[in-house]
Amino acid sequence: MSARAQSSRLIKGATGDWEVVIGMEVHAQVTSKAKLFSGASTAFGGPPNAHVSLVDAAMPGMLPVINGECVRQAVRTGLGLKARINRRSVFDRKNYFYPDLPQGYQISQYKSPIVGEGEVTVTLPDGETVTVGIERLHLEQDAGKSLHDQHPTLSFVDLNRSGVALMEIVTKPDLRSAEEAKAFVAKLRTILRYLGTCDGDMEKGNLRADVNVSVRRPGEPLGTRCEIKNVNSIRFIGQAIEYEARRQIAILEDGGTIEQETRLFDPAKGETRSMRNKEEAHDYRYFPDPDLLPLELTEEEIEALRADLPELPDEKRARFIRDYGLTPYDADVLVAERATADYFEEVAKGRDAKTAANWVINELFGRLNKEGKEIADAPVSAAQLSAILDLMAEGTISGKIAKELFEIVWSEGGDPREIVEKRGLKQVTDLGAIEKLIDEIVAANADKAAQAKANPKLLGWFVGQVMKASGGKANPQAVNDLLRQKLGL
Amino acid sequence: MSVDAATVRRIAHLARIAVADDEIEHLQNELNAILAFVEQLAEVDVEGVEPMTSATPMRMKWRDDVVTDGDIAADIVRNAPASADNFFLVPKVVE
Repeated sequence: MSARAQSSRLIKGATGDWEVVIGMEVHAQVTSKAKLFSGASTAFGGPPNAHVSLVDAAMPGMLPVINGECVRQAVRTGLGLKARINRRSVFDRKNYFYPDLPQGYQISQYKSPIVGEGEVTVTLPDGETVTVGIERLHLEQDAGKSLHDQHPTLSFVDLNRSGVALMEIVTKPDLRSAEEAKAFVAKLRTILRYLGTCDGDMEKGNLRADVNVSVRRPGEPLGTRCEIKNVNSIRFIGQAIEYEARRQIAILEDGGTIEQETRLFDPAKGETRSMRNKEEAHDYRYFPDPDLLPLELTEEEIEALRADLPELPDEKRARFIRDYGLTPYDADVLVAERATADYFEEVAKGRDAKTAANWVINELFGRLNKEGKEIADAPVSAAQLSAILDLMAEGTISGKIAKELFEIVWSEGGDPREIVEKRGLKQVTDLGAIEKLIDEIVAANADKAAQAKANPKLLGWFVGQVMKASGGKANPQAVNDLLRQKLGL
Repeated sequence: MSVDAATVRRIAHLARIAVADDEIEHLQNELNAILAFVEQLAEVDVEGVEPMTSATPMRMKWRDDVVTDGDIAADIVRNAPASADNFFLVPKVVE
């Protein structure tokens, strides 16, 4: 940590360097079919109040009954964060009034969360590794949704989200730059998606972060923090931190003091602003929910979930580097999504791993990004890409044709081997045929052929001509060798 | 432990209960009487005693992750003072 404080992550102010200190509270929607304490659906969207039971609407006399799968998802997440699982945790009521909170309280966990301290290892774009401490993870209910733009004097309330299970994941104040904060959220999202405990869909609000930002002179005690609420994209998290850190530095350098407050990030203006609700500090009057017994887990239940965990990104990355000889960078790119890693492994199986990685990262990802498609919708399947690489490895097609073939399969589909057969894309390895082409081209360009000895760069031009004449199908190595011979190089 | 008039006003506000000025003193006395009554519990030595959460030793019941409820939007908003298209309508709240 001290080494990092001296690194380039410091912010230069008018009166010297500042260090920004960031902690986060990430709200991740638990992947489950039914809500945390009721049998209503968690499906996104739906007509107003369709996914609402009498429990979610807090009708009198309704009692919460916990969804066991939500508990298991929280434990899986805790294990994925290398965290301590608390065998006994308690649900509390967090009391406040808001129209989208029909109970008048949120059922949450305050003093005794289900998951305790853990950690996440984050690799930054420059290759540096940072360990981010996890303070805790607890289960709680989501609130409903208020629409304020439907009517001049009324708000519309839809309780479809009311009671959906959330995991609140709280970090220690271990992050030191917007870059680190962004990398942390990206890594956390990857881990959650690997575990299948949260889909990480930030556009739908299924993963959102409250960001605590403070600044200090390196080595000094922590400064006063401001909390930026509900930032719902990784890019905005970065922008909000940059803005907020500079705002605080400007105030301090002007001799002012930071007031602890809650702020909102405005993506349109790229700035944070005060929520101006300081007239009353929040007093949630937490107390244990008398409707719910403590949540107890046995060691066997926890160990059964541990035994069922999938291979996580850090382990997969290490294995890719070790077993496939990939560079750390390539391994990082491939393990960011489980689907991508699976695709790569299918292609790499029994083939040259480096070639497979290059094709998946450059050709496939390049094409997917261009069309804004996800790997699940890739028109070229792992089996098809494997066939293309096999055709190339066995010398049936050249690398250049392989790229064309990839394009054909991408837009038209089909069996790569059949396409090569039908369209005559096979590489010409018949030396006689290549020699004939070379002779024709050398004869037609006798002047250039004569200059080739003095100017060996012309060899490239000849190779190009021969490849062109062969429709890209001549074996480039054979062309090269034969040309050298003919031109006396 | 006892509460003053300001605390009574604050508690009333947090609970969204309107309390007139001339009710404050009476409520303050009532609350303090309740607190004094409960404070007798402090005389018991509970060092090392786990808080009791249930009269009978039992584990919390878990439900399966199955959708068994919902699709009753009309019932959900039936008692609402105002509703439209199965939304609850409330006086505009923008923080």
